[in-house]
Amino acid sequence: MSITKSYEEINEKIKTGKVVVATAEEIIPMVQEEGVSKVLEKVDIVTTGTFGAMCSSGAFLNFGHADPPIRMSKVWLNDVPAYAGIAAVDAYIGATELSETKGEEYGGAHVIEELVSGKKIKLKALGTGTDCYPRKEIETWVDLNDLNQAYLFNPRNAYQNYSVAVNSSSRAYHTYMGILLPNFGNATYSTSGELSPLLNDPEYRTIGIGTRIFLGGGTGYVAWEGTQHNPAQQRDENGLPLASAGTLAVVGDLREMSSKYLRAGIFHNYGISLYVGIGIPIPLLDEEMVKKVAISNKDLKTTIYDYGIQRRSKPALGVVSYADLRSGSINLDGKQIPTAPLSSLDKAREIAKELKAWILSGRFYLTEPVAALPYRDGVKPLDEEVE
Amino acid sequence: MAKKRVVLTFPPELTEIPLTYHLVKDFDLAINILKAKITPGEEGKLVLELSNGSLEKIEDGLDYLEKHGVTIQPLSKEIVLDEEKCINCGACTAVCNSKALSMDADARLVFNKESCIVCELCVSACPMRVIKVMF
Repeated sequence: MSITKSYEEINEKIKTGKVVVATAEEIIPMVQEEGVSKVLEKVDIVTTGTFGAMCSSGAFLNFGHADPPIRMSKVWLNDVPAYAGIAAVDAYIGATELSETKGEEYGGAHVIEELVSGKKIKLKALGTGTDCYPRKEIETWVDLNDLNQAYLFNPRNAYQNYSVAVNSSSRAYHTYMGILLPNFGNATYSTSGELSPLLNDPEYRTIGIGTRIFLGGGTGYVAWEGTQHNPAQQRDENGLPLASAGTLAVVGDLREMSSKYLRAGIFHNYGISLYVGIGIPIPLLDEEMVKKVAISNKDLKTTIYDYGIQRRSKPALGVVSYADLRSGSINLDGKQIPTAPLSSLDKAREIAKELKAWILSGRFYLTEPVAALPYRDGVKPLDEEVE
Repeated sequence: MAKKRVVLTFPPELTEIPLTYHLVKDFDLAINILKAKITPGEEGKLVLELSNGSLEKIEDGLDYLEKHGVTIQPLSKEIVLDEEKCINCGACTAVCNSKALSMDADARLVFNKESCIVCELCVSACPMRVIKVMF
């Protein structure tokens, strides 16, 4: 009978310095050379990593009370509006919100990156003036240390697989998938492939609510399913989704993070996004998990969509593997199309290695999910009601 | 082999004369058009790479253009990449038709200045805004 390992056993190994960790890239040749059961005996954890634009990101901030106090109903951070429709001095700064003075070149993601870098941020707030909060206006400067709480709470990160974007139209399109050249001039994709967290645990056996993760250079947690979480996506014989599927909502203290792993990005003529670094440890509980993490880019596939069609449902043009995409070009109906990545594989590798180092040094322990990610039967569109 | 990159500015009346034809025919130069904006009746811009001859021949060809009223400036613009701030995402490579920007086997960005034609598409394609045009 093959062996199994528990979270407790693996954590005990971390404590005693006996744990063996490999990155999701390192594990592939090991399994190919030594086989599944040998690797299970030897290796306890596989670390994954991804570093890409994750628009659905933002941070909750608590500013503390001024004297006389104000109930902040409108808040701006470096002229970027933050959502203040919560308690008196709480606000949520969303990554994609644009500056009211600098437009497309500066937004919420920049505010978050600057906070993490230790810079002072201009806080401006308006209130209505009430008996308990008489003040109506405040303008001051704050940095991360001045805030009571500052935590990243990203409603949708770490997409499990994502489309390849091409453009059939006769003009260039400026999209969140980069600049798409006309007449199938290029194809862009945005996944770390065999290093990607949710592609290494395709059925969410070990990644669930409460899973401790590497987030933006600090420790974070999976808080919930991400928005548009879609486990029902079409899957191949290995249980791997053929297009975008699962997503995670993640949370973590901004104070632990670094601008090395949290960077603001600008998509020309599209908007602002936050590049988030995420690494998730996958415990090798049994042979099944070893088989999952051993899947390589050659067997990881995704679907090509035509972004030149400006509709909700873009035509699917075919399926390609990440090995094809990494080769520099793909073949679509006889035409060779040059490919370009959008998420940084170099950074994803750095994150997987960093997380591995954290575990080996006893700084990071595994958590068993407190609840599994829920099953959702697809993603609903927004159909407009007509009176 | 000598090689020179120049920016040519044509007054409106010159946009209908086949000047580049004469560069090939009379001066035996190889012409690579890096960028062109020619509309009949308007001032035109042409960025050329001239090669296939000695520097002397290239200068002769440029003298010929100058005599006909073309303003010639060396292509002094160049693309500069701040490697320190680059995250090696690869978004710029999507628009780089000259393949001056490419990803190496280690998934890191490589910039080969020699092949860059300063089309500037990468400047707006870079989400980190770490690619700039320098004059």
